[in-house]
Amino acid sequence: MTATAVRRAVAQAPATDLQLAAHRARIRRMVWIRLGQFFVALFVIGGWQWFTAAGWVDKFFFGQPTGIWNSLVHLFTVGTAFGSIWENLWVTVQEALLGFLLGTSAGVVVGILLGSNRYLASVFGPYIKIVNSVPRIVLGSIFIVAFGLGVFPKVLLAAVLVFFVVFFNAFQGVREVDQNLVANVRVLGASPLQVARHVTIPSAMTWIIASLHTAFGFAIIGALVAEVLGATHGIGLIISQAQGSFDPDTVFACMVITSVFTLLAEYLITLLERSILRWRPPNRSESQAI
Amino acid sequence: MVETSTPHVAKPGAEDEARINIVGLTKRYLTPKGEVFTAIRDVTLTVEPGQFCAIVGPTGCGKSTTLAQVSGLEQPSSGSVSVGNQIVDGITRGVSYMFQADALFPWKSVLGNVMIGPLLLGTPKAEATGLAKDWLRRVGLAGFEDRFPHQLSGGMRKRVAMAAALINNPRILLMDEPFGALDVQTKAIMQTELLQLWEELRPSVLFITHDLDEAVALSDRVVIMTSSPGSVKDIFDIDLPRPRGDVQHIRHEQRFLELQGQIWESLKDEVTRAYERSAAVAA
Ligand SMILES: Nc1ncnc2c1ncn2[C@@H]1O[C@H](COP(=O)(O)OP(=O)(O)OP(=O)(O)O)[C@@H](O)[C@H]1O
Ligand SMILES: [Mg+2]
Repeated sequence: MTATAVRRAVAQAPATDLQLAAHRARIRRMVWIRLGQFFVALFVIGGWQWFTAAGWVDKFFFGQPTGIWNSLVHLFTVGTAFGSIWENLWVTVQEALLGFLLGTSAGVVVGILLGSNRYLASVFGPYIKIVNSVPRIVLGSIFIVAFGLGVFPKVLLAAVLVFFVVFFNAFQGVREVDQNLVANVRVLGASPLQVARHVTIPSAMTWIIASLHTAFGFAIIGALVAEVLGATHGIGLIISQAQGSFDPDTVFACMVITSVFTLLAEYLITLLERSILRWRPPNRSESQAI
Repeated sequence: MVETSTPHVAKPGAEDEARINIVGLTKRYLTPKGEVFTAIRDVTLTVEPGQFCAIVGPTGCGKSTTLAQVSGLEQPSSGSVSVGNQIVDGITRGVSYMFQADALFPWKSVLGNVMIGPLLLGTPKAEATGLAKDWLRRVGLAGFEDRFPHQLSGGMRKRVAMAAALINNPRILLMDEPFGALDVQTKAIMQTELLQLWEELRPSVLFITHDLDEAVALSDRVVIMTSSPGSVKDIFDIDLPRPRGDVQHIRHEQRFLELQGQIWESLKDEVTRAYERSAAVAA
């Protein structure tokens, strides 16, 4: 080894050491996080199991983790009184997704329209506030009376719940548009439609996409509640039947199933968010990484 | 499209199209309290075709307001602006505007920001892309096409804005303190670049600045505005030879210093008056 090579190796050593140390620290941190997460789950589920097994908490009312597991196995192997679990899940998923799509598109369109037109906003503003203050879950009963036990009333209730969340965000998003950018694109000769396409919509997109996370939760709630109110298929129906026969384990099992589905949808929305809001400085999306 | 693809100077009579004629321009705003506030009063000013005209004046005197009326984004309360021989009553084609605030689209890449001009004029996408790439090269940003504005430095963002303003080959270029927020070195470089591009395209320029050196170094003519409500106080013709070359060098010439001194004499009173007035309001 020549003298220069040695010197270079010495000079490089601290850098690689530093990188290695940083890597090790990162792995150690990750292990601790996972361990912590595991113990939280163990504590909650284990405690639940223990308390119900010991009889301090009545499993007849509050269920029991092993009971929920058995119930899940039963649901997936034997099925339900209304067909297989997959069939029922598909009905609920379909209702939630359709409601989500319908509510989101209506919310975006109406939000952008009212957001960019002061006259329309003044005319419809008070009515939207009134409708928003109505407990909308109650609308589910009306929809079921009006449209029967099929899929449609569930889609409608989910859509109504989703609509207001998305609408208010889209509306606010349009109001927050940087007027400098609007002026800029107008000077370049943009028509009102082009202003919307190049400035208003992309700018409001930050708000709209942020609302989609909440909105999807509402879509699921809408579908489930409408099913509980009256249905021939669906997770909500299974829940209401289980409630009728004092079977909390099945209620919890259904909760687990819908949660898994919601997490999946949440993940897809996050992917969508990442690809559409690619232009944003990273620190903001990092702070949302939770 | 003839207008944007060939230099205007080449067409007979096209020169007039680049003349800005401001006559008795007054703009009043309604303040939130409901009072009438006169931002500019009776501004009269002509910018000859291909002329580089700087506007200086104390802060709040209505420089940006004047530019907004010329661009057609706002309507004058009285008086008129005409570009070419046409009264401005709305957005006018062939006018580019570099705003005082950063006005790049954060959701568009650098390329997207520059090519939106031609796209909105109906240029096919492939052609617009080629044009935008060429312009990015001219402002020294080749290789940065895919970046987003937040990934650029302040100086680079100004270059993008400059390319976006020039890509449509405007006959009128409105610039509102374009280099105000830059450090001294970057500013000098950008000024030299702007002069070069201006020599090539020869639009008529209205250039707002607070920097007297900048005003004298770049312009054919410097307009001094009075304190609020603004009107034209003085007009200085800058007879430094063109092309001016590197703005760093002209700063030391005798004639430059003379002119700069005269302009400062004229501006000084206005700045003091504006300052005293705002101090009185604050007291
Ligand atoms: N939309 C508006 N409504 C009410 N007042 C306004 C409006 N726009 C501008 N003004 C007022 O008009 C005056 C001139 O504003 P303007 O922005 O033209 O100043 P300026 O000369 O560009 O100042 P600066 O050099 O600080 O940019 C200011 O007092 C400002 O408060
Ligand atoms: Mg200004």
